[in-house]
Amino acid sequence: MTTPSPVEIAEPDVDEIVELEDPWVTIVWNDPVNLMSYVAYVFRNYFGYTEEKAHELMLAVHHEGKAVVSSGSREQMERHVQAMHEYGLWATLERQDA
Amino acid sequence: MKPFKKRRRGGITATFEAGEAHLLASLSGQVVELLRDRNGADESTADPLATQLGMGGPSLPPEDPVLRRLLPDAYRDDEEGAGEFRRFTERSLTSAKVANAEALIGSLVDGGLTFGTPVEDDEQQIEIELDDAEVQAWLRALTDVRLSLAVRLGIDAEEDAMLIAQSEDEAIAAMSEIYDWLGYVQETLISALD
Repeated sequence: MTTPSPVEIAEPDVDEIVELEDPWVTIVWNDPVNLMSYVAYVFRNYFGYTEEKAHELMLAVHHEGKAVVSSGSREQMERHVQAMHEYGLWATLERQDA
Repeated sequence: MKPFKKRRRGGITATFEAGEAHLLASLSGQVVELLRDRNGADESTADPLATQLGMGGPSLPPEDPVLRRLLPDAYRDDEEGAGEFRRFTERSLTSAKVANAEALIGSLVDGGLTFGTPVEDDEQQIEIELDDAEVQAWLRALTDVRLSLAVRLGIDAEEDAMLIAQSEDEAIAAMSEIYDWLGYVQETLISALD
């Protein structure tokens, strides 16, 4: 039996890998003011989701208190959050694993 | 009010009584004033270059609870991230909201709404027709007005709106009726778009 001599293995650049895997998400939070029809409308018109997907996401926000509505780069998610705030929806972004 | 509907040629129309149009304009005007106070009287419009460079924009959230709802934090549990984001973006968000509210008022003026004189003719009808851009401004501006009223009314949970509607305080009951009516206006606008 032998023990292999230690070999230098290049560590993968974790940051780079995560970057490729859509590490940031946009979350929309439930609020008691916005109309369900409006929230679904925003998801359809801003994100271009189908009526069915927009409706599902709206219900998820309504029943679970929040829903991830998009994932991607930090810059993209910041643009989405800004757009949601202009629509009057309550949105935040965070790292996917946060 | 005659609810929003779609014309054959694509325009979205609605008819308001003069009193209703005044109310809409006045509530939108209050949102504009509040947002302008946040930016300072002379800086209601963001300088795009300054915004891009992150110059001068506030990094702390507003103290006023209505403004805090209209201009919320983009990061939860990350004060530094939220502050930095706000510094770069709040001015342009504020300008967009001011522009939306002003567009709403503009449509009412186009429809015949006048200011300065008391409403002499109760029968006057304000008929508006919105193009695509105006529809987008109305949707957002109506939302901002409803959010502002909800904060003032203390609507924090789904059931609050119903409780407040039954308030014995006449001022609150009246404001609650306006809040419900604005929801109805927005609902008819959204269904006219389908």
